[in-house]
Amino acid sequence: MAVEKMSIAKALNESLRKALEQDPKVLIMGEDVGKLGGVFRITDGLQKDFGEERVIDTPLAESGIVGTAIGLALRGYRPVVEIQFDGFVFPAYDQIVTQLAKMHARALGKVKMPVVVRIPYAGGIGAVEHHSESPEALFAHVPGLKVVSPSNASDAYWMLQQAILSDDPVIFFEPKRRYWDKGEVDFDAIPGELHKARVSREGSDVTLAAYGPMVKVCLEAAAAAAEEGKSVEVLDLRSMSPVDFDGIQASVEKTRRLVVVHEAPVFLGVGAEIAARITERCFYHLEAPVLRVGGFHAPYPPARLEDEYLPGLDRVLDAVDRSLAY
Amino acid sequence: MTVESTAARKPRRSSGTKRAAGAANAAAKPAAATAQTLDAVPQLVQLLTPEGDRVDNAENAEFAPFVADITTEDLRGLYRDMVMTRRFDGEATALQRQGELGLWASLLGQEAAQIGSGRALNDEDYVFPTYREHGVAWCRGVDPTNLLGMFRGVNHGGWDPNLNNFHLYTIVIGSQTLHATGYAMGVAKDGADSAVIAYFGDGASSQGDVAEAFTFSAVYNSPVVFFCQNNQWAISEPTERQMRVPLYQRAQGFGFPGVRVDGNDVLACLAVTRWALDRARRGEGPTLVEAFTYRMGAHTTSDDPTKYRRDEETAAWEAKDPILRLKAHLLATGGADEAFFTELEAESEAMGKRVREAVRAMPDPDTMAIFENVYADGHALVDEERAQFAAYLASFEEGH
Ligand SMILES: Cc1ncc(C[n+]2csc(CCOP(=O)(O)OP(=O)(O)O)c2C)c(N)n1
Repeated sequence: MAVEKMSIAKALNESLRKALEQDPKVLIMGEDVGKLGGVFRITDGLQKDFGEERVIDTPLAESGIVGTAIGLALRGYRPVVEIQFDGFVFPAYDQIVTQLAKMHARALGKVKMPVVVRIPYAGGIGAVEHHSESPEALFAHVPGLKVVSPSNASDAYWMLQQAILSDDPVIFFEPKRRYWDKGEVDFDAIPGELHKARVSREGSDVTLAAYGPMVKVCLEAAAAAAEEGKSVEVLDLRSMSPVDFDGIQASVEKTRRLVVVHEAPVFLGVGAEIAARITERCFYHLEAPVLRVGGFHAPYPPARLEDEYLPGLDRVLDAVDRSLAY
Repeated sequence: MTVESTAARKPRRSSGTKRAAGAANAAAKPAAATAQTLDAVPQLVQLLTPEGDRVDNAENAEFAPFVADITTEDLRGLYRDMVMTRRFDGEATALQRQGELGLWASLLGQEAAQIGSGRALNDEDYVFPTYREHGVAWCRGVDPTNLLGMFRGVNHGGWDPNLNNFHLYTIVIGSQTLHATGYAMGVAKDGADSAVIAYFGDGASSQGDVAEAFTFSAVYNSPVVFFCQNNQWAISEPTERQMRVPLYQRAQGFGFPGVRVDGNDVLACLAVTRWALDRARRGEGPTLVEAFTYRMGAHTTSDDPTKYRRDEETAAWEAKDPILRLKAHLLATGGADEAFFTELEAESEAMGKRVREAVRAMPDPDTMAIFENVYADGHALVDEERAQFAAYLASFEEGH
């Protein structure tokens, strides 16, 4: 079964299964992860096969989930915790930011924190509030945490493997509106390092840099732009901490234009950091200022407005045009 | 147990509505009303059996006086509330299935807990609900169609909380128990003659916020009632995943009383909540009420309980249905005739129709609503982004 086509959700499930099989220290923890298999069924069947000692339904307390995962990690376990939705990570934010992120440094490097915090995130599923947010910048800003997000089934499988193997805490953002998108997973070949960006589509006129749910939108935009004779390169960043600035730089030195796209609010977002660094690194290569497309400085809107709120094809293409117009 | 802030409080009203009269009865017997000590917690307060018979026993003796004023007409009123609430809830579930709502959290089975507690409140009391308190909203006079906006996805709330002293639904579980506590601290500071009630679930009781709310309300002796609807499940997790001792007993450790009431018995819920509110108003501080009930349906319309729940369990609880119980009582005591039930049926149908039509007519919000009410004062960045987005949208209309 070297190569198989499956949904992102299934790839994540297979990845967790493999991790549980390979290392008895790996634990799955979270609300409803057991019999129900998680509200998105990412842990479907795992409790049945690995038991309640390995796949643990927790009380409804996010601070408790992450706090006890820290303790389990101190005891040599490798907890993979599930936060049910993006908006519910904040009760655990204290534990993640003040404890999980700093433990290694405070212990003079003698203590490792191999904790993965999986968070289904971002919008597009018509949910009520707190179920569609993109808080990745809040985590990427914190030293000590690594922050990643896959955009396709292969990365979902492999990046989760790599995150679980990492001795650092990894905040693993899963693009929930892409859970059911299918793609090929090669179970024998790791597609790349966890924190390396990947060129998803080659182009020469402008680079679109995105991650998670927006990669698909950017690929569609690139295809649409191609029909108008514009050659758009799409970079899947994959990691928001660390960011593969070398990878972005290489692309920008080729295309000379960069548009960063994410669902999260633009203000002080991941795109802001990329714009600043790339402007520093590539000042003499750039033909246009680095542009950003993303969310507004407003709460994520009610479901009936999310199509207008979320950056779609038009807004990405508009930015491409603006970049090319300089 | 008097603290400075409560000593300054206005004396509680001794006359007025029937509701107040019931509580006043009991207040006339302060010895009994304060006899509820930490080591004398009852097991399960029940006034109506599942068969609809009135019960008198040691466990309910302290609470029964709080519904001594309830007339047959009041009972019919409580019955009507429960039927209307269930009809509304059923309509909302159907509307979700028809694609008119994105999601619905049904209260099916929890009508007695909500109507009993909701009808115990005075107008000046303030309610902090979760996302499932449709019956309490009904008691507060909130237009049921307002509750549907956030489930339809046209807003994040949909009503002015101060109009009916009914706060917005809170989705992050447990958060609102702290808001209720703070509000109650303010009530105490103001010396006001009112109380606050916070609703939450058995699952939410595991949240740190709830423990912190218990701590704050205890040390500040705040006039707040914590009303936990233990419906046995938190999505797929049974109560055993949240606690090892009965939930109501937890209050003891914080220094205030906890009571477990039959959550499918509307009369008992009314009595116990009145009792707890009365304590709060008298300056005796917080109470934890655990309404022992059952979530008959799925957690929400997105949930599939067949993955984790047994049919026998649901069937056993069906026999305890809160509406059938009061109906049996009304029929056995001659409190209502067939005409009453038939008229109520028609009334609930009409309400269902009104809700259906109102939801279908509910307009989508204007796109620019994204930028509305982000701040009370202006904010330069929001203004800038609003202008940019308006210009961007206008560029389509100009046919660019
Ligand atoms: C902080 C937080 N974590 C997770 C969730 C997701 N969630 C919504 S309702 C729910 C179960 C709540 O169960 P309970 O408190 O017993 O109330 P019930 O829904 O059964 O009335 C969960 C886990 C949430 N809303 N908030």
